[in-house]
Amino acid sequence: MTVEKKTGAKQPAPPRKPRAKRLPKAKWDVSDIDSWGGSRHELGATIPEAGNSIYNETGGWRADVPVIDSEKCDGCMLCYFYCPDASIIIEEGKAVGVDLAHCKGCGICAKECPTAAIVMKLEEKE
Amino acid sequence: MATTLPAPDTAPRPHLLRPDSTNCPGCAMSVGLQWLDEALGAATPTLVVPACCAAVTPGAFPASAYSVPTVATTFASAAAVATGIARVRELNGEADPTICWAGDGGTYDIGLATLSAAAERNEDVLYICYDNEIYGNTGGQRSSATPRGAKTSTTPRGKVEAKKDIMAIMAAHRLPYAATLSLAHRDDFLRKIRLALGMTGFRFLLMLSPCPAGWKSDPAESVELVRLAVACGLFPLYEVFDGERYRVNARPDGTPLDDYLRRQGRFRTVAPSMDELRAQVDREWARLDELARVFPATD
Repeated sequence: MTVEKKTGAKQPAPPRKPRAKRLPKAKWDVSDIDSWGGSRHELGATIPEAGNSIYNETGGWRADVPVIDSEKCDGCMLCYFYCPDASIIIEEGKAVGVDLAHCKGCGICAKECPTAAIVMKLEEKE
Repeated sequence: MATTLPAPDTAPRPHLLRPDSTNCPGCAMSVGLQWLDEALGAATPTLVVPACCAAVTPGAFPASAYSVPTVATTFASAAAVATGIARVRELNGEADPTICWAGDGGTYDIGLATLSAAAERNEDVLYICYDNEIYGNTGGQRSSATPRGAKTSTTPRGKVEAKKDIMAIMAAHRLPYAATLSLAHRDDFLRKIRLALGMTGFRFLLMLSPCPAGWKSDPAESVELVRLAVACGLFPLYEVFDGERYRVNARPDGTPLDDYLRRQGRFRTVAPSMDELRAQVDREWARLDELARVFPATD
């Protein structure tokens, strides 16, 4: 992973409803980790902050993108439960969109949707 | 599927596994971790992960996609490390669970010695094996969980030996609880995890976890494959209490084995003999049915 990315201005939005207890506010600053000597690292390469991968974007792995038709959605939330990457956005009981920064385009949501409200479409990338 | 859905604004989307994990697209193990977190509720477990796919899930150092304390151990020592953590937690009076999240290589093969020892001592550990029937993150070598006929990088002509019956091995330790989990049976999955979390002692859960990269299957079909594996009888869904009382949760519904096998590229070149496989599945079910009939779980 690139360390520069962590200090960049464009950062993805924080995850939905993070658990306050699990995501401490004080972030472990690793922006200059490339210049760290051995003594600055934690013993045993411990990562002192759990869940600090929020700057990893996995959306670029995607070939197909799920397109959700909220009209057809009956609110069963199976897509939400089956999404391996917690990327389905639910609003007022219906699937309304996809977290494109993290969706890997596996297509499980489209496969499992009982009302065929989700279809996979080839994503056009720049 | 009958399920009680939470109100939308309170819907839990727990982040035991954050969305930015580096699991492959369509990894069933990711879904399993999301559901594990849902079953855990507010409890903060300590995860113990031996070398397996789950050890590369968090991503490259210094990032971690696990939002709970996680210990990455060597292949062979997951259950031993979990023992130490569980004992210290007990001394400290902490109630949060210690959970081993291990692959089939670390369970069936390399970690079997420490697993057996911890089960024999009845340590207070919940051991969950996600079984992708392959050494996934090292390039798809065969493990003793690989089924007969599957093509892997070390069995290019299909595996000759049958899959090891780890549930029978674990039941023989007379564990308080051992069960198999299916991602296609959500209520059953969550019930079993919650039941196991409410118990003390060593609990063993086995989850079939399709691996699109290793099984050469469509990532979108990861859940469908579990559904078919249960429906055709290859993956029996049952639970064992105290190693002697059995309950079968789902019976095969007559789905042909071929429906499950032909969706996977690993069986495409060297499919096992259907008659032989059917006979093996039938034998396994006859044994299981007999056990459930003679030693039924009453509670």
